[in-house]
Amino acid sequence: MFELVPASIAAGSLAPIPALLAFSAAPLAHLRLLDIAVIAIYFGMVVWIGFYLKGKTNTSEEFFMAGREMTAWIAGLSFVSANMGSLELMGWAGSAYQYGILATHWYWVGAIPAMLFLGLVMMPFYYVCKTHSVPGYLDLRYGGQARSVAAFSFAIEMILMSGVNMFAMAVVMKVVLGWDISFSIFVSSIAVALYVGLGGLRSAIFNEVLQFILIWGGALLVPILGLVQAGGVAGLKRQIMTNMQSVTGVSSDSYFHLWRDTSHFAANPMGVHWTGIVFGLGFVISFGYWTTDFLVVQRVLAAHNLRAARMAPIIGSFFKMAVPFIVILPGLLGLVLLQNGDGSRRQLVGEDVVAACSLNSSSQVSDQAGCTAAMAKTNLSTASQQKVMAGGDDAELHSYNQALPLMMVRYLGPGLLGLGITALIAGFMSGMAGNVSAFSTVWTYDIYKPLINKKGSDSHYVMVGRMAIVVGVAVSIGAAYLVMHAHGIMDYVQALFSIFIAPLLAVILFGMFWKRATRLAGFLGLLLGIVFSAGLFMWVKLTPSALAAVALSPDAKPMAENVFRALWAFLFASILVVVISLLTKPRPVAELEGLVYGATKLPKEEPVPFYKNEYIWAVLVVIIFAALNILFW
Amino acid sequence: MHGSGIPIWFFIGVLLLVYGVLILGYGVFEAVVGPLAPVELNYLHTPIWWGGTLAAIGVLYVVKFRPGRASK
Repeated sequence: MFELVPASIAAGSLAPIPALLAFSAAPLAHLRLLDIAVIAIYFGMVVWIGFYLKGKTNTSEEFFMAGREMTAWIAGLSFVSANMGSLELMGWAGSAYQYGILATHWYWVGAIPAMLFLGLVMMPFYYVCKTHSVPGYLDLRYGGQARSVAAFSFAIEMILMSGVNMFAMAVVMKVVLGWDISFSIFVSSIAVALYVGLGGLRSAIFNEVLQFILIWGGALLVPILGLVQAGGVAGLKRQIMTNMQSVTGVSSDSYFHLWRDTSHFAANPMGVHWTGIVFGLGFVISFGYWTTDFLVVQRVLAAHNLRAARMAPIIGSFFKMAVPFIVILPGLLGLVLLQNGDGSRRQLVGEDVVAACSLNSSSQVSDQAGCTAAMAKTNLSTASQQKVMAGGDDAELHSYNQALPLMMVRYLGPGLLGLGITALIAGFMSGMAGNVSAFSTVWTYDIYKPLINKKGSDSHYVMVGRMAIVVGVAVSIGAAYLVMHAHGIMDYVQALFSIFIAPLLAVILFGMFWKRATRLAGFLGLLLGIVFSAGLFMWVKLTPSALAAVALSPDAKPMAENVFRALWAFLFASILVVVISLLTKPRPVAELEGLVYGATKLPKEEPVPFYKNEYIWAVLVVIIFAALNILFW
Repeated sequence: MHGSGIPIWFFIGVLLLVYGVLILGYGVFEAVVGPLAPVELNYLHTPIWWGGTLAAIGVLYVVKFRPGRASK
């Protein structure tokens, strides 16, 4: 299966994302005039917001930090929205079709604890030191070398990832709507460059909130109507239990359990172990992403005071917990509701099978032998296989990742389908805007200002930031076309995030909670941690059998690799930081004011009514989180 | 967002209102002339109630967050 690992997936991106490379002969959906109008109105609105906010974005603080005047609600919704790309929505719906509710781990244990930790524990340090970015915090804590490693890593990763996602989205539009790839790339890029370039982070955040609402407005109908048709949750469960053994090849009961079957790699369809989920996903990858990835942290830094900054991730966590309703549930519903034209159940397959069985212009399978071999590895019924080989209008196979658009096409008529497609486009654009706005800040504050021009005026840096957005979008477009012509590059670009984030988490946690951590330890821990993580990645890439060693089991599947690689990279970087710190001279405690726990006097917050207290809401999140995990145990 | 003129919620209200009216309008049209697209559960008249919901939320936001209205 082709797997995309986008930076924006919380928790490390283990989802098989749309793929992107298996082109359909015919688009899944046909838009009508009303659908086109809905999409056009959306583009008009985001560009209008960009122009409107341009006049209110003059200083660097306004351009890069949105004036630090966001309310907790706006920062919180933006925080979640920047992460909620359309590729993730489609990828995780496909994962749910394939693996059941195990995919929900990436929304619950893979996000909620880390979001609460960011809000309640880490945010005060990020906020009090008034840094503009995560590399900026490293600069204050460990010095310029650690900052430069982080800044260059972030900048490269963000811009390449933006390009990969852009290409991926363009192919999705090609598959779903039949749109030309270059058309999708240029229209979406120009819109993002316009509104982020004009209004800076403020515009990006405005649009992310807008996009968040649209994603819900466009995608919520699918699970509602699906549940109506399936006979409610009980009906859905009954149909999966009675019919799906032949389709999935696993015990159907596993589809409804988050934890019960994770005591052994071979006992669950995803091939993961609970230790990997808890420590690798729930701790290293999730904490690495939600607490150190500047793409999301930047949204919270824009809050108008410390309480709002702490509340934002907590508000976001409520919505994050609800996302499986519009992502995981449609995948499960697709398993029992999707039908072929003749009324038989439609079985989705992996991207590799779709690619092997692609149809030519005469609606016949191009590579008969390759297709036969690919289908033999699936659970497709003999009748379905014969139908594919016979060719024709309804013979085409569809991939797991197309579960969500197929469900949209099933239920959404004119106007509503346009809204659903707009939700997908909005998700993509919010992710891209997040990447380019974060890139612009890191480039300007952590690369250009300290290394190229330290004495520029405020307006000069705003101009540099705007140019960085234009250049960033241009490089992203270049990366998109590079990937289009050299698909092998995609795997490496996608791995950048997971390689980088684990050592960064170790360095930041020790920097924030251990006064003894030294400058050299921070720099070498980050640099050598990245090298170690990249080494593990290349080892498995070049020697696939090494997966068993990295994931500690011969039964481990590729899904487990990222989780365990992150865990080892975190431990390696942690050991380095501790050992090197003990061998080198620490900074005086007085220099650590505002940066380290125990050396920082946090500002006293004014008392507020209980319903505005962040701890009360955090406790509520914990209760709901625990209840959901027990309910779906 | 404070101090920046038009709040984001107003933009959201406008968009939801426009979408709601378009979708509701189509839903009513479809209810009169019959289904134009072969989608499942047509009998539920989804565009009418979903479009109506979007429009109602849109109106609420437009009124509550309209420019010039003092809000906290």
